[in-house]
This record gives sequence, structure tokens and C-alpha cells, in this order.
Amino acid sequence: MNLPPALVPGGDDPRTSACSTVELGPLRLDCGVVLDHITVAWRTYGALNAAKSNAVLVCHALTGDQYLADPHPVTGKPGWWHTLVGPNNLFDIERYFLICINVLGGCMGTTGPREINPETGKPWGLGFPVITIGDMVNAQALLLDHLGIDQLFCVIGGSMGGMQVLEWAASHPRRVFAALPIATSYRHSAQNIAFHEVGRQAIMADPDWKGGDYLEHGTNPHRGLSVARMAAHITYLSEVALHRKFGRKLQNRENVTYGFEADFQIESYLRHQGSTFVERFDANSYLYITRAMDYFDLAAEHGGKLANAFKGTNVRFCVISFTSDWLFPTQESRSIVHALNAVAANVSFVEIESDKGHDAFLLDEPEFHRTLQGFLDGAAEQRGLS
Amino acid sequence: MNPTQLRFDLRLIADMVEPRTRVLDVGCGGGELLKYLRETKKVDGRGIELSMSGVSGAVRQGLSVIQGDADTDLKDYPAQAFDYVILSQTLQATRNPREVLEQMLRIGRHAIVSLPNFGHWRVRLSLLAHGRMPVTSSLGFAWYDTPNIHLCTMDDFIDLSHAIGAKIEKGIAIDSSGRTRPFSPPDWKANLFGENGLFLLGNK
Repeated sequence: MNLPPALVPGGDDPRTSACSTVELGPLRLDCGVVLDHITVAWRTYGALNAAKSNAVLVCHALTGDQYLADPHPVTGKPGWWHTLVGPNNLFDIERYFLICINVLGGCMGTTGPREINPETGKPWGLGFPVITIGDMVNAQALLLDHLGIDQLFCVIGGSMGGMQVLEWAASHPRRVFAALPIATSYRHSAQNIAFHEVGRQAIMADPDWKGGDYLEHGTNPHRGLSVARMAAHITYLSEVALHRKFGRKLQNRENVTYGFEADFQIESYLRHQGSTFVERFDANSYLYITRAMDYFDLAAEHGGKLANAFKGTNVRFCVISFTSDWLFPTQESRSIVHALNAVAANVSFVEIESDKGHDAFLLDEPEFHRTLQGFLDGAAEQRGLS
Repeated sequence: MNPTQLRFDLRLIADMVEPRTRVLDVGCGGGELLKYLRETKKVDGRGIELSMSGVSGAVRQGLSVIQGDADTDLKDYPAQAFDYVILSQTLQATRNPREVLEQMLRIGRHAIVSLPNFGHWRVRLSLLAHGRMPVTSSLGFAWYDTPNIHLCTMDDFIDLSHAIGAKIEKGIAIDSSGRTRPFSPPDWKANLFGENGLFLLGNK
């Protein structure tokens, strides 16, 4: 068998060399399968206080990972929220204990389709059970048990991270003091599912995907995964932002070439996004995680009424959306807020004006950061964190 | 925060609120009143505000405020979720004032409403003398750009309150120099000399 170096037993895995890992389990999945042992890879920043009351769980998005604030071990690029983490920063590591966990089904060290199935000694591939957002959250809860953290001060995340935040608040309300779902929804829309399906079909249409067994065949469906990333990347940006950045500008040429090279800068940009993505991400992980998002419907899980998910909740919520986000439009956040109002929950909600689209939550948006900071400060005061 | 730091009309509203109650402030701006009520009366307050800057300013002070408006965001709350629902200088700018007032009294035991009085003598005189839509200190907009699409007099408001089965528990007329006069309707003087009206309503 021709395994990549990271999967050779006993080999040093660069994906987890700069984070912690632990074996936990068993974990009963929504599909009925029980995983007796799972590996969870996570990164922390700051220190847990004596009362264990200052833990902040930061949930990453579809293609994110546990490297919140330090360089990605494979690409060397800065962590996805590194600008917000540090002493006296928004996520003040002298005040909070930040935990960021690679999701179940991910490809940065936590159990997923790329890891070895202990029963076969081969990578799981499509033999990996289909997972849900709820399964991801339950895996995170196992780690918190392991760390002895009973209640999180705060759970925060954008996009798929926001889905995990909502799932935490709905399924483990006593373990959450404050919840910040950002640029997210309580269920994936038909349009969301449609875009994901395009990505999955692109991966599966790549001959190198080999029915999901590419690791054993020593191939990599990088073309399919790259196309999936290109299509998805468009949905993360707004039309205005795309036009401002690229317009119809040509890539290093004066005229169009009457061919199918990347004449336009936007083409070149997307190709670059695609090709750098495949260096760090696993195609099967992409299939599994997008599926988990598609299956997410917190209302359906609670008798078709979203408000039922939050009945009697004591969690303090701060819901945030962005005006130009058409992937998770403000209306989705409003539905969450209306459901929370219906159970008289403690909720704040702001729609931030931004023309940067869905990705705004990862970018420099001062008003967004000021709101986060204000909510966190207020909640910290109520929780008695100095 | 001491009382003198609070806008005059908000202070009058605050005086109507009992300590340790649940309050929803509709159109709460940056949360000045909610903050004052939290600090001086230990009130559990929530707010609704249309502007992003207002909401974000309120959230920064640790207040629970959602971006929304009176016309669309009251219907989701459960009945009697609050002791007081406050609407300050906003009823005349809503699309459906009757429904807003009904919702306020559905979700709150009391409603506190302040509004500019179109029956004030200056307004009446201005229309009589000039024959044009009055522009006064409390109604400072031309007809074509005013947000006040449902102006009324204090007597009109009192009629509406009766029509929806609300009880007027307190009425205060505020004249142009800020003097206040409590009154019980009917009171023609209040409607003539009050530039603004402030009402505490309850369910019958």
C-alpha cells in the first residue's frame, strides 16, 4: 500500500505536530454507527482559570481547522482568525482559554475519511460513516469532558462554525454560557445544497478519485477538488467585491488570447484558490463535511419548529449577519432571532453593513469586531471574568 | 449613571417603570434608557432598534438588543413576556400603529408610549394661519420627507387606546418648555397645551 507520509504508522505527522491529539470514545453517531475510538486534534491559546469558567470554543468553518491563530503547518499561512487572538486583543488570551478543534470528518488530525480505519488497517475512504453537525459537536463535547470543562464561557463560529454554535446551544444548553452564531443558518437551503452538490460531483468526476480510494491508489483527485473549491469560493464573495477586486481586468496581457487560458484575473485568481486548497485539504473530507452541512436542519430536528430547539434556554445569544452575504443571507439569521424571541431568550442581533459577502466574518470588518468585543465584554462581566 | 444624564423624556418614562421588572424598549437607539434602567432599577431589559450603529452601540454596553422594527418584530414574542413595552416617539412613524399598540399590550402587561401631539395649539395655529403642513420644534420635517406617516393628536391616541380595550393608567402632558402635567382623559387642556404626550397603558 502506498500511503502518504502523514499516514505511515509511527511517522511524524506534520498536520498535528503543532497541536494536541487524544483518543476518545465511544461516540454514537446520528446514523447509528458507534465509533469506539476517535482521535481529536485541537489547539489551545491562553490558560484555563482555576474555576474553569473562561473557556471559549471557537468552531471552524467547512475548510478551516484548529490552527486559529498560528501558521498552518502545511501551507505556512497565518491562522484564519489570527488577527483577533492575542493579549488585549478581541480574544484576549490573558482572559480567555481558547479551544479550537478540528471537526469530526476533517483532515487535520481528527478522525475522518483520510485516517486509518483500525478494523481494516486502510484509510476509511467512503467506508467512513456519514456524519452530522450534531456528531461534530458531540465529539467536541467528549474533548471538553476529557479537559474537565463543564461549561463553556462562550461558543463562537461563522458559517459551518455557526451551525455548531447553534447545535451546542440547542443540544447542550447547560454547557454554554454565551453563544455567537455568525453568518450562518439553522438549516441549509436548497441553494446551499445545490452548490455543495456541484462541488461533490466535481470531485467524484475526477478519474483520480478512484471511488474514494485514491490514497491506496497513490493518486489525488486534485482537479476535482480544485473545481469544487473554485465554485464554492464564488459563493463566499459578493458580486460587488468581485467586481471591485477584478472587474474585467486581464491577467498579465494586453488582449484576450482567443483561447481558454486564464485571460481574466478572476480566472487566474480562482485557479490559484483551487490549486492552493488541494495542498491542504482532503477530497473525501470535503464530501463528508459538505454532507454534514446539507443534513443540518435544527427546526426539523425539533418537530418543525425552530423555537422548540431553544425552549427554556438560559444561553445569551449574539447573532450576527452581513448585508452582502448571499450564501447565508440575513433572513436566515432573522429566523433564528425570531425563534429565540418566541422563547423570550436573551438575544442580541446585528446585521453588519459590508460588501465583502459571506467571507466578511474572516476579514477586517471593524464594526463587526467592535460588536463582538462589546458582547464578549458584557458577557464576561456577567460571568465574573476579569 | 445619574438621572440628569438621561434625556428628559426618557427620564419621565423611567419614572413609570417599577424596579426589578422585565422591559422591552422598542426603538431603543444606543440603549441609553435600558442602561439607565439596568443600573438604577435592576431591570432585565431588551431592546429593538433599526440602525446598525444603535444596535452595535447598545450591544457594546452589554445590553441585549436586536436589529428590527416595531412593525415586524413584535409578533414573535410570547404573550405577557414583559412587564413594560416602551415605544418612545415612534408610534407615529410605524406603518400600522393600531397593530403595534395591540402587540405591545399582548406581549407586555403595560405599554409606555410617548408621542408628539398634533393637537398642540401651535400646530393648530400654524395650519390655520399658513394653510400649510405645520413644521414645529417637535415635528421638524416637511411633509414630503417626514418619517411621521401616522401623526395623531392626544385625543386621537386616547380613542385608539379605548378602541383596542386598553386602560390608560397615567397620562402626562409635556408643554413646550418641558413642564409636565399629569391628567386623566378626557382633558381638552392636555390636548391643546401638551406638545408631547406620555401614556402608561394597561390591559383592562
